[in-house]
Parts: sequence; structure tokens; C-alpha cells
Amino acid sequence: MNRQTADHATLADKFNEDEPRVDWHDQTLWWVRAKRDKMAWSIPEWEQLRETASAIKLNALGNLHDYLVQFEQQAIQNGAIVHWAADAEEHNQIVTGILKKHGVHHLVKSKSMLTEECHLNPHLMANGIEVIDTDLGERIVQLAKEPPSHIVLPCIHKKKEEIGELFHEHLGTPAGNADPQFLTAAARQHLRKEFLQAKAAITGVNFAVAETGEMVVCTNEGNADMGAHLADVHIACMGIEKIIPQRKHLGVFLRLLARSATGQPITTYSSHFRQPRPGQELHIVLVDNGRSRQLGREDFRNSLKCIRCGACMNTCPVYRRSGGHSYHTAVAGPIGAILAPNLDMKDYADLPFASTLCGSCSNVCPVKIDIHQQLYKWRQVLVKEGYTTAAKTAGMKAMSGVLSTPAVYRTAGKMGRWVMRAFPGMVNNRLNPWYKQREMPAPPKQSFSQWYEKNKKS
Amino acid sequence: MSSRDQILAAVKQHQPEASVLPSLEGLSGNMPGTLEAYRKVLEGLGGSLFEIKDESEIPALLAEHYPHLQRIIRVGDEQRAWINEDPHLLEDVDMAVVPGQWGVAENGAIWLTEAEIPVRVLPFICQHLAIVLPAGRLLPTMHEAYEKIGAPQTGFGVFIAGPSKTADIEQSLVLGAHGAKSLVVFITAG
Repeated sequence: MNRQTADHATLADKFNEDEPRVDWHDQTLWWVRAKRDKMAWSIPEWEQLRETASAIKLNALGNLHDYLVQFEQQAIQNGAIVHWAADAEEHNQIVTGILKKHGVHHLVKSKSMLTEECHLNPHLMANGIEVIDTDLGERIVQLAKEPPSHIVLPCIHKKKEEIGELFHEHLGTPAGNADPQFLTAAARQHLRKEFLQAKAAITGVNFAVAETGEMVVCTNEGNADMGAHLADVHIACMGIEKIIPQRKHLGVFLRLLARSATGQPITTYSSHFRQPRPGQELHIVLVDNGRSRQLGREDFRNSLKCIRCGACMNTCPVYRRSGGHSYHTAVAGPIGAILAPNLDMKDYADLPFASTLCGSCSNVCPVKIDIHQQLYKWRQVLVKEGYTTAAKTAGMKAMSGVLSTPAVYRTAGKMGRWVMRAFPGMVNNRLNPWYKQREMPAPPKQSFSQWYEKNKKS
Repeated sequence: MSSRDQILAAVKQHQPEASVLPSLEGLSGNMPGTLEAYRKVLEGLGGSLFEIKDESEIPALLAEHYPHLQRIIRVGDEQRAWINEDPHLLEDVDMAVVPGQWGVAENGAIWLTEAEIPVRVLPFICQHLAIVLPAGRLLPTMHEAYEKIGAPQTGFGVFIAGPSKTADIEQSLVLGAHGAKSLVVFITAG
């Protein structure tokens, strides 16, 4: 695994070097968030839908063992071959094993954040297997040799001119042509050839129904279907938390997913894969990779309700201004910041701090995950476990000492206001992170308690 | 212990106390299941809609609105050789005309299954897609749709809402990503 060593703040600083681009990124995502609002407000029973979805997911988590067994039984009856992977490595080995058995050296893949989480592509490449990502955004970042920066909009950080250059280099489009319509048509032609040649197709899974053993895959482009219906072998990779109890529950989730994600009423295609087509092999890989551990963390298990709509990213003031790559994990943004520390507390200790705790993520989440509260709780776990930097831990300890003793707090406040007035240079310098990109406020003459004492009417 | 048993044991040990499933009553609100409501949403998705008496009107309408079609496949026609051919050979289909089972007014989606469309890739690989749906098969929301669809009868089914599309390049909406570049829905009487 090639993990970045830089933390969120450092990577965000880098992203912020180009201010006009940050503004553009910010506004583009906010526009998507606004589309989501418009859709949500057009449905009077929206809040009831969110409540219901959250309750269905809670039921699914509470019965996950039985639902998984039921799903497996149904899937086998349907003619699928079911595999279980304890971690990313086992997942990659299973997929590679299936491909090698069929002598596949070249395959197509539609969007699957799980395979990103497992770093499947580099593993396949190391085994001499070429994988073509077929979601347009994912193909673009693959050509750029970058990971996706957003789970729904993988190349949202890229300007069309950069995409035009990439296509010129790799697909032979005319130099300087950055017209989205033209570039999409070029990608369609290029990827049609891939679909027609591929002997195997990998897809992700949006929902897996315990009752029927079927899997629902949602795309706008039709790439999952083009891949799966033409290939001899279809491999569907899914985390164990994708299980929902019954088919009728799909109605609830399909009403919420695309509206929350991009402000569409539904994705163009919601495909229900139950049986392999005659002559085809259908493999389902069920992956744990830390999910059963997260299930045991009472404060964090609700994160497993996530349906990967990305609404929390689009609304997040930190994500919008720091970019998906600053999270250095497959799932960026607020939800990623509560999922990643479960995978590795040390590597991802910075992420729960990449938030203002404003709560906007929790307000838009279609399955009502208490995201900002979990971010806050992770901070406490990470400090307690000793995974935060020495400076942060010392700062937190000093802060806690000051805040828990009223006399010390009053004295510290007095000293602070005096220092800011007498020696403004002490705070208005580069060593103070709060001074970055902003002026410090003028120090007030008195504290709030002093003001309150003076002004209270008895 | 196999990974399967190991995962299931860990899940069993860690899963929270079981809660009851919520009722799905009252989630549809007052959504209208009318043709007008359906048309508005479909057109918003970039699809078009024609009300016709019966399927005999389709060839003339296609000739008028899609003058350059070379290969047309109409599911239900007597020409059925394509069903037994390699599905890759459908790559040059310009227009596929397929029957839909149920339409959903709230989101423009139409439910299709391989019971009517024996080659799964057909509605995706064709350059343009036409779906034929009787007017009486329009429903307000996804809840009614799943109620009507019931338990799965086929190995594959799909809701299709509008033409294939992408907005991956700077959020500019482009119709015709990998699937059909356009969608026309023919609503027949009855």
C-alpha cells in the first residue's frame, strides 16, 4: 500500500496555493449541494424517508449476521459464487485468482470505492493484469495516475483544459480541445472498444438484498451494465455493510441516493443483478476489512449505515476548500474521516480534526449518521490513545487545565487581552496558525463575565 | 477457521441489539402518478415522450424523429435471430424498441426485465432507446413500483430513467456516456 505521509493540514495548504482554483472547487461543490436541497425540498416526506432509511440500516446492522447468511444462501441458489475476504489483501487475492483461472489479462471495472479502499488496481497491475476504469471521471483520474478525489465525482478537482490535455496525450484527441461534449464522445468511443474486448468485468454494489440475493448497482453512464452484460465473468465486490433486508426497502434508498448525491430524482440506471446470464460466471466478494470491528465500536458503528452519496462532502466547508486528495484515503470528506481511523488510527489520526464540527454533514446525510458527533468522539479516542502530535496533545492538556479551573481561566483571559493590546506582534506572526490567511481580531476591553456582571439586571 | 466463519463470528459478537424494521406506510405522500407528472420529469432528464394509440404508429414516428437509423431492433418483431447471436454483435444497433413493465412518475424511471428483453445488454448497447409503456402502468413513486414488481421473477431487471449521461467534466451535463444517447418513451392507450 502506498500511503502518503503528509497530513491533511499540509496537503490542504498545498491545495490552497492556487486560490482561484479553490474558489472554483468550493463553488462547484456548493452548486451540487444546492441541487440536492432543491430535490429534497420538493418531497414533503423527505425527513420521514431519512428516518426510515436510518431505521432500516439500524435493523440491518443489528441482524447483520443472519442477513449475510441469508444473502449468501440466496445468491448461491441464484447461481452466483460467493467469496469472503477478511481484509483488503484477501479481497485482492480472490479477485486475482478468479481472473487468472480464466486467463484474463485485461478487464473493465465500473465504480467501486471498495476496490479503491483495497488498492486493487496496483495489485492487479503487479500481477500483469490491466484494468480499465470505465466511469468517465475514474478513467480521467486513472489516465492522470491519481486516485479519485470524490466518491461520486471522481475528477471534480480537474479543469476541462487538463482533461483535454490528458485525452490528447492518451486518446489522440486534437490538442487544445476542452469541450466536455467532444471529450465525452471521445471517451465513449475509446471505452466501447474496451467493453467489447473485455472477458471480465468488475462492478461495485450499492445495495445487496438479503431476501433475494440480488445486488443493485446504480450508474448514470451505463458503464456497469455495458461491462457486466458483455463479459464472460462478472465479479461484484462489496463491503458486508451493503446488505439491506428486503427488496421493498430499495424503494426508500433509491429515492434518497441520487437526490442526495447530485440532485437527480434517480440515477439513469438502477440495475438489479440476481442471476448470471446463461453461460456467464457471477462472483460476489463479501469484504470485511475492518467493518466488523467498526460494528463493535458503539460510538462509531452508525458510520456503517453510509450509502456513499457524497452529500456530506459537497456541503463540508473544509472538504470544499481542501480538496479530496488532502484526506489521503479512498473515501474523503466527513464520512471518510470517521471511517478511516477504524482502518488505521495512526495513519488517519489527522482526519477527525479536519472539520469545524459545524454539523452540516449530519444535516444532509440521507441515513442520518451523526457524522460531526463521531468526528468529535474520534478526537477524544485518538488523543487518549496517543495518536495525535505532541504539540496537539500538550495544547489540549493546557487548554483542559485552563478551562477546568475558573480562576486560571479568568487570569489567562486577562493576560491574553493584555498581551494582544501591548504586544500585537506576539500573536500577529506566522507562528500562530490562527493568523494564517486572516487578521487577528482587536482584543476586547473586558471579558464576557465582566460585561455580564456590569450589565445584568438584578 | 475460514474467513467466512471468522467474519460471521466477529459480526455476531459485535452487532448491536436487533431493532424492529420501520413501516413503509405513508412514505409516498401525495405524489401524483399521472402522465403529466411523468412527462415533466422525463423531459427534465432529457427524454422525450409520445402518446400513441398503439404500437403500429411507432415506425412512422421513428422515421420522422430519427431519420438516419440503419439497424432497428424491435422486441416482439418476428425477426428474432439477434436473440441467439453473440450480444457483442448488437454494437451496431442504432435503435432498440423495448417494452417496459412499470413507469414511475416521481423520477421518470421505467422497470424493464429480461423476461421481455432476452438479451440483457440490448437497452444499453444500442445508440438510441425507445421504451413502450401502456398508460395504465404509470405509478406515483418507487414504493408502488416495488409493490407491483413483487418478488423477482427474472435474473436481471433495471430501472431506466432517461438517456445515459455524465457530468464528470466540470459538471457539464452531456447526454450519451456509454449507454443510449437518447431515450424516447411511447405511451400507448390503456
